[in-house]
Amino acid sequence: MSVILEARNLVRDYHIPGGLIKKAKTVHALKGVSFSVEEGKTLAIVGESGCGKSTLGRILTLIDPATAGDLLIEGKKIDISKGDMTPEMRRKVQIVFQNPYGSLNPRQKIGDILMEPLVINTDTPADERRDRAIAMLKKVGLTDLHFNRYPHMFSGGQRQRIAIARALMLNPKLLVLDEPVSALDLSVQAQVLNLLADLQDELKLTYVFISHDLSVVRYIADDVMVMYFGEAVEYGSRDEVFADPKHSYTKTLFAATPRADVESIKARLAKKKQAA
Amino acid sequence: MALLEIENLVVEFQTASGPFRAVNGVSMKVHEGEVLAIVGESGSGKSVSMLAAMGLLPWTAKVTADKLAFNGRDLLGMSANERRKIIGKDISMIFQEPVASLNPCFTVGFQIEEVLRIHLGLDKAGRRKRAIELFEAVGIPDPAERLGHYPHQMSGGQCQRVMIAIAIACNPKLLIADEPTTALDVTIQKQILDLLMKLQAEHNMGLIMITHNMGVVAETADRVVVQYKGRKMEEADVLTLFENPKSNYTRALLAALPDNATGDRLPTISELFVDEGAVQ
Amino acid sequence: MSQAAATSTVSTDPSRRARLAEFWYYFSENRGAVIGLVFFVFLVLLAVFAPWVAPHDPVAQYRDAVLVPPVWQEGGRAGFLLGTDAVGRDMLSRLIYGTRFSLFVGVIVTTLSLVGGIALGVIAGYFRGWVDTVIMRVMDIILAFPSLLLALVLVAVLGPGLVNAMIAIALVFQPHFVRLTRAAVMSEKTRDYVVAAKVAGAGHGRLMFKTILPNCMAPLIVQATLSFSSAILDAAALGFLGMGAQPPTPEWGTMLAEAREFISSHWWVVTLPGIAILITVLAINLMGDGLRDALDPKLKRS
Repeated sequence: MSVILEARNLVRDYHIPGGLIKKAKTVHALKGVSFSVEEGKTLAIVGESGCGKSTLGRILTLIDPATAGDLLIEGKKIDISKGDMTPEMRRKVQIVFQNPYGSLNPRQKIGDILMEPLVINTDTPADERRDRAIAMLKKVGLTDLHFNRYPHMFSGGQRQRIAIARALMLNPKLLVLDEPVSALDLSVQAQVLNLLADLQDELKLTYVFISHDLSVVRYIADDVMVMYFGEAVEYGSRDEVFADPKHSYTKTLFAATPRADVESIKARLAKKKQAA
Repeated sequence: MALLEIENLVVEFQTASGPFRAVNGVSMKVHEGEVLAIVGESGSGKSVSMLAAMGLLPWTAKVTADKLAFNGRDLLGMSANERRKIIGKDISMIFQEPVASLNPCFTVGFQIEEVLRIHLGLDKAGRRKRAIELFEAVGIPDPAERLGHYPHQMSGGQCQRVMIAIAIACNPKLLIADEPTTALDVTIQKQILDLLMKLQAEHNMGLIMITHNMGVVAETADRVVVQYKGRKMEEADVLTLFENPKSNYTRALLAALPDNATGDRLPTISELFVDEGAVQ
Repeated sequence: MSQAAATSTVSTDPSRRARLAEFWYYFSENRGAVIGLVFFVFLVLLAVFAPWVAPHDPVAQYRDAVLVPPVWQEGGRAGFLLGTDAVGRDMLSRLIYGTRFSLFVGVIVTTLSLVGGIALGVIAGYFRGWVDTVIMRVMDIILAFPSLLLALVLVAVLGPGLVNAMIAIALVFQPHFVRLTRAAVMSEKTRDYVVAAKVAGAGHGRLMFKTILPNCMAPLIVQATLSFSSAILDAAALGFLGMGAQPPTPEWGTMLAEAREFISSHWWVVTLPGIAILITVLAINLMGDGLRDALDPKLKRS
């Protein structure tokens, strides 16, 4: 299998300029992260707020440049700080955001949202753009009736479907999913996760799935990377990481995740009875 | 006698497209020393029903109930003044966004002492002493110094601890926690839940836990009310609910948990549970 | 799947009409706004059909009817419903024609300052850095002058006249629009949909004017209505000071200025243009309030 995405020692520093009283300082958001993802696989990046997982997501999506380190997509080194991005590169990586209420332009109709990437990057004729947008809507479980509606007329789950459809319009190889289900209700979460799994099979997509929810990660990931304060403290296949976490932070994280199975409820109630 | 008793609660909002019924005939009881979880997805009316009980809804909401009583006293017929005496003292509430529920213009010490002054009428020294006690109780290190801090100087978890300290300042009989950990990280969530459970047991409080997270329900509740689209779908003790759910909706909700996934696909609620309206 | 019927809590009708209906619901809740709107529409109709509505030519001087009082007062004549001024011109006709000038001033000034303000504000808010600093400092300088005084100076430099007065007022109003636009752009710029458009490859121009700007329009529309009325007011003030429209133009402010000497002897010559300005400005302001209620989602209930 071919490696789609490879990161070598990615570093990202933020410089906070000083004022009259404050000194200028540098925040190390990423401290040298390396990993690789094979075609058609899912890498989950797990961590809590401030661990640098969203920063990493922005670098992978070519929104922000890395301060140091190499980013290779399909074996080709990409550095956005040097020179302009070609549409070819743009097409390869797309992103789906956490909050489906903020990621769709409220003044754009769904059709225009979906066709925008085509308008910008390709010279597809208008009819074909429309056809492709409608085909994509159907692929994510919506209908052509939704084409002329505005985002506020949709529920959170439907909006996330639209965001996924938009990301797929340019036929990317790699999709960065930044907490795509954490703002959604449980039932909708299941639907969106199923949709993502179906699309991955059908289009041979590679996912980088950023999340803080271990139960979702366990369900969807092939490989797991746990991040803590800008560092990857654990990296391995899903079964390895879940069966035998090495780092103490990973263990804490597992222990903190609430369990919803009958055994742990029984154990808790028994403990409570004892205490009383 | 039940601490909070709600019978056939109906809440309606006036909107541009006509009245919208957010809560439709919900009844429940909470007893002293009991943890009741109200579970539901967005739009299930779980927060609205509690806000209605507290009288915290905007004037566009129309609240009716056959019975809405706290400790045997009718809350609906009560004057706003009387109600204010109970709310904040005997019933208190914590919210989802800890940082947003504290006033950024005042120190956390001022905010907790304000509650003590209004409801308990303590003098200055007494307020400060009690505030330090409370901060210790909720596990804020170095409480005397922390009292002088502003909310933006604290993390989300710390702010939620402050909110809890304010909420339990007057030894309430009932604490309503509206998604208290949703905005927090998992490790912090664990700490806050542990803290809430400890305080609940120590003070023998009634605790209403509003949440959408089945894991949180499993870790905290004694009894569970499942709500869907403003209606109560099921009420059961926590073990029965997870072991042997009666309502189809609860069953679907549990099946949709990724923890319980068997095979490649997650069963979705719409596959397992058909409602007259659509599910999403 | 169940998506088709799933938008139950949000409005399901995708048409523009439904959005308009929602807008109207919130707008019509404010009774003052509706009254303002009705009066404004009345003014527009009056301005458009002035030649047919007005009983006389606004500049025709009836030498036999100088300073005739309104019809209900002793000595009033049925031919001059609201009386005549010092050179025998019919007040009613002049007031009716005056709406043309007032609305014209409002439209032109608002358009000028809106377009300029949006362009500068979007650029400042989007690029930040030194561009922002330069634009905003210039705006601060304009704001540092009392607005009417600055307008007066500008007109004095450009030469008196209605067109120059409008240019001056538009320039004075500019900073408000720039600031408002800049603030809105800055808050919208960090939203996810803008980043998404960036990932899709949108360039600066597209991001600024196609992605961000439409989402900043609500406060700008409100500000535009409010400055519409201020423009009328300022134009009247300039006219009163002799720097705006020149006689015999039937502009309300100029009419006031011409009638200054009759303030104690012939009340109608002064009072009527004053009242016209007052209710026009009041109506537009009321309408602006209603617009704000209807367009600002933060004020919307439910």
